[in-house]
Amino acid sequence: MNPSFQLLPPEASTTAAHLDHLTVYLLIVATFFTVLIFALIFYFAIKYRRRSEYERPVEVHGGMTLEIVWSVVPFLLMMVMFVWGASVFFEMSRPPDDAMNVYVVAKQWMWKTQHLEGHREINELHVPLGRPIRLTMTSEDVIHSFYMPAFRVKFDVLPGRYTTAWFNPTKPGQYHLFCAEYCGTLHSGMIGWIYVMEPSDYETWLAGGTGGESLAASGEKLFQYLACANCHRTDKPGRCPNLEGLFGQPVLLTTNQTVKADEAYIRESILDPGAKIVAGYQNIMPSFQGLVTEEELLQLIEYIKSLGKHPQTVAAPGAIPPGLQTRGTAGGNLLNPPPASPGSQQQQK
Amino acid sequence: MITAIAPPRENYLTHEYGIKSWLLTQDHKRIALLYLGAISFFFFLGGIFATIIRLELLTPPGDLVSSQTYNKLFSLHGIIMIFLFMIPSIPATLGNFLVPMMIGCKDLAFPKINLLSWYIFMAGGALILYAMLRGGVDTGWTFYVPFSTSYANTYVILTAVGIFIAGFSSILTGLNFIVTIHRMRAPGLTWFRLPLFIWSMYATSVIQVLGTPVIAVTLLLVAVERGFHIGIFDPALGGDPVLFQHLFWFYSHPAVYIMVLPGMGVISELVSVYSRKRVFGYKFVAFSSVAIAVLGFLVWGHHMFVSSQSVYASLIFSFLSFMVAVPSAIKVFNWTATLYKGSISYDTPMLYAFGFIGLFTIGGLTGTFLATLGFDVHVTDTYFVVAHFHYIMVGGTMMAYLGGLHYWWPKITGRMYHEGWAKLSALVVFLGFNLTFFPQFIMGYLGMPRRYHAYPPEFQVYHVLSTAGASVLAVGYLIPAIYFIWAMRYGQPAPDNPWGATGLEWQTSSPPPPENFEITPVVTQEAYDYSILEEMTVG
Amino acid sequence: MANHTLALRHQFDDVDQQKDASTFGMWLFLATEVLFFGGMFCCYTVYRSLYPAAFGAASNHLSVIWGGVSTAVLICSSYFMACSVNSAASGRKNALITYLVLTILFAATFLVIEMSEWHNLYTEGMMPGFNFTFHEGDFRHVQLFYCMYFSMTGLHASHVTVGIGILTVLLIRAARGVFSPQYHTPVEVSGLYWHFVDLVWIYLFPLYYLVARHVHAG
Repeated sequence: MNPSFQLLPPEASTTAAHLDHLTVYLLIVATFFTVLIFALIFYFAIKYRRRSEYERPVEVHGGMTLEIVWSVVPFLLMMVMFVWGASVFFEMSRPPDDAMNVYVVAKQWMWKTQHLEGHREINELHVPLGRPIRLTMTSEDVIHSFYMPAFRVKFDVLPGRYTTAWFNPTKPGQYHLFCAEYCGTLHSGMIGWIYVMEPSDYETWLAGGTGGESLAASGEKLFQYLACANCHRTDKPGRCPNLEGLFGQPVLLTTNQTVKADEAYIRESILDPGAKIVAGYQNIMPSFQGLVTEEELLQLIEYIKSLGKHPQTVAAPGAIPPGLQTRGTAGGNLLNPPPASPGSQQQQK
Repeated sequence: MITAIAPPRENYLTHEYGIKSWLLTQDHKRIALLYLGAISFFFFLGGIFATIIRLELLTPPGDLVSSQTYNKLFSLHGIIMIFLFMIPSIPATLGNFLVPMMIGCKDLAFPKINLLSWYIFMAGGALILYAMLRGGVDTGWTFYVPFSTSYANTYVILTAVGIFIAGFSSILTGLNFIVTIHRMRAPGLTWFRLPLFIWSMYATSVIQVLGTPVIAVTLLLVAVERGFHIGIFDPALGGDPVLFQHLFWFYSHPAVYIMVLPGMGVISELVSVYSRKRVFGYKFVAFSSVAIAVLGFLVWGHHMFVSSQSVYASLIFSFLSFMVAVPSAIKVFNWTATLYKGSISYDTPMLYAFGFIGLFTIGGLTGTFLATLGFDVHVTDTYFVVAHFHYIMVGGTMMAYLGGLHYWWPKITGRMYHEGWAKLSALVVFLGFNLTFFPQFIMGYLGMPRRYHAYPPEFQVYHVLSTAGASVLAVGYLIPAIYFIWAMRYGQPAPDNPWGATGLEWQTSSPPPPENFEITPVVTQEAYDYSILEEMTVG
Repeated sequence: MANHTLALRHQFDDVDQQKDASTFGMWLFLATEVLFFGGMFCCYTVYRSLYPAAFGAASNHLSVIWGGVSTAVLICSSYFMACSVNSAASGRKNALITYLVLTILFAATFLVIEMSEWHNLYTEGMMPGFNFTFHEGDFRHVQLFYCMYFSMTGLHASHVTVGIGILTVLLIRAARGVFSPQYHTPVEVSGLYWHFVDLVWIYLFPLYYLVARHVHAG
């Protein structure tokens, strides 16, 4: 970064350009009203200054027309701000489907990033130019906020849940990464750099890095190491739900509710298995709270994602009646659990 | 204009003497002065913290104080300035002094509760000071969980309990004002004859009574969670940290209006008296206070656009935040229109009023920026927000508070301050303020996060400007402190109505007698009727 | 010593204005109290809608019988408070004293029952922060239920305690013959407060004790 005087931050993402247009509009409205009010105050204060102690101004009574005008005109100008701002916000909130996934784990006071290919970085993130990047973020301790001013992207990173943000970088370079939510002693030290690279450079970087195995492969190892596979089996009906093709699908619970098997659901099922129990299974799974780190959780999730061999069924959670959907795996599908057989306890997930 | 000064009469300052007569007083005017002393102390204390913060930020690395100290400094600056200065500032001093006088009664409805509220305030303040002396608190004034409940290792519980206690002082003051305004108005003083200051105090009191208990209970839960290591908000123990934010901002956003509405009331008085005109669109200004109080309760979610609340919730909160800007705009336009064809004098309070209108306009407009969803994502938790709320609170409320203090000073103390020094300090405050906070807007858009102890070098130029402005501002605040204290003893004796104002408070002596009026006033005309002024000032 | 039968404070014009102001002030204070408890009810609502199963399981652990008994006791106390106000208004000093004593006794009984319930929960390991040994099912959110339970009933109990203090002061003043049909505003506004405290419990009881009974029974 050039440390000299700047008036505007670098505009390095598609969103940044859209937001800056909105900013221009906001500035025009604000400047107009500020100048108007200042000018009127100066003009009136000089023109109608008190010339004598005995001066008695004529009464000017309020005018309904004026009141309506100066309520409605600002209101309309603000409605433009509202609609425009909301459209930019919706753009910021909806990552494109083809976005490249990157995982972010925050802790006091560092950012840990993981690429799907297995590259792990601290306080740095390398991304290719011109490709939408979707960040899935969580925190190990307090609330942080992932802020990249050059891309006009900020989103809080919370412990115990996943939040997402995305951006599509448009200019190669090195950009600031800040923590924007106060998080303790070294809050101002929780900063880093985002490197936007030409796609070819990015490929070189990926190849030359310390990546090793992919995130899903690490997750698979972990899955074996933690002995998850003893129960969550794919070859025969196990005591636990089959995880193949689970990700992104609706799951029927014992409470007759249906939830979508997203990152948050899988995370909760590993750490807090009793919270949501799949219909037809018993609550026998031990909690892995304290046994797996947030990063390992993300690896496990990525592994479970990689088990999804089937094209995702496009359906809203809860829209599919139990029994209508089959997934054809040996363990029965999650919406239509196998009949409970005596002696063999079924476990969730 | 006034030639004959009335011979000294017994007034509220002289009818009793001694420490006890002050500490056990039930006279709203004396209690106002007790508050004035206390909050002035807290203001200068908070100001010292601000000064160290600005000095630290002169250079990019954190070299003047350690990170931990810096975090405590901005936390205490926020906590003291908001809970112990801004919230009680105008209501507890000017409001306490003026509400009974403006509506023509002898005292507030519950004088004992009024005194009690001062003691509660002092108890809360003492607890916060004690926490500060023990080592302070580093959570920011926002106390976000789980940092405040499980990670901070400073005196969070003491401070939270201090704020909890001080909150009840605010509730009791508000309650007292509402009952007084409802039940104790002078004969003939109908709602639409009330001075606009009373309308704004009324709206403020409603927020105090309905909002403050929510932050009280929220901070209580934080203290309980931290004290007993249980999980109400901590996600590691099954809680929801975002729920805390909802509860916190449910009070803390309306709290902004507790701070600024009284300022708006003061400005309505000042603009009217120094233009010698009835406030343009009286009813619109009056109802806009009520509208702000009501809408103010519905916009808290705009602090949480990036906190993972639902996109649709954000959409609604954004829309409602624009709604609350409309009554604010109405006020600004009406004040400006009041000047039209007025007879405008440049006395010090009016200079502060000009400053208020200008700075509040900038603060309000940048507020609409922040209500704009996409824009807020970029600038929330940056210096843009810092600049915005300082424009509202320091540029707005602080200007109004100083303006009001100058305006009613002759009534409160019976002495005039030095006009030349007062004009100079008003100018210094205005310039210093803008130099301090305007660069922070640019810095914020550039991406400078708030609560940063050290920062990248490209922001330095703005921090240097800001620190330079802060030193000017500090001088601007010190000058009045000196000439006010000087004036209390050596100032010219003040006439009963030095500004030629119409309010009831100006129809009694300066300083007023212990029960405010020799005979209960009867009101026969609207507020700010300057056509009848002839016989009042020309004598 | 001011004449208590017409104890008019200096800031008021007449007795009616004074009485109006006191009653209005108490209603405003109760509005504050509603919001004070409201914050906690809000937490309860959010958490229960998020974790209905855990809240149901946790609720079934509470003793509905003792909850019911304490509700009845508190309603009786509220009834005697109403009788006290009535006696004060009609100037029956002895009846006022008797009813105030009954009000206080029932309030104290309520507290005793509540404390014994807390003690039971403590020994059963259901008191987060002190002794929480429950580890079945979704125990983290069961713990959350009990955090809310102890916070809310604790806050309510502190209100009952303050109420007993106020009633005791009223009792002393009543014994001294301060109140009369012309001047009994303190009894009246204390009555408002007392009924409010009772009303809060009327909400707490079903929300904590009864919320999942039908699930349990079925």
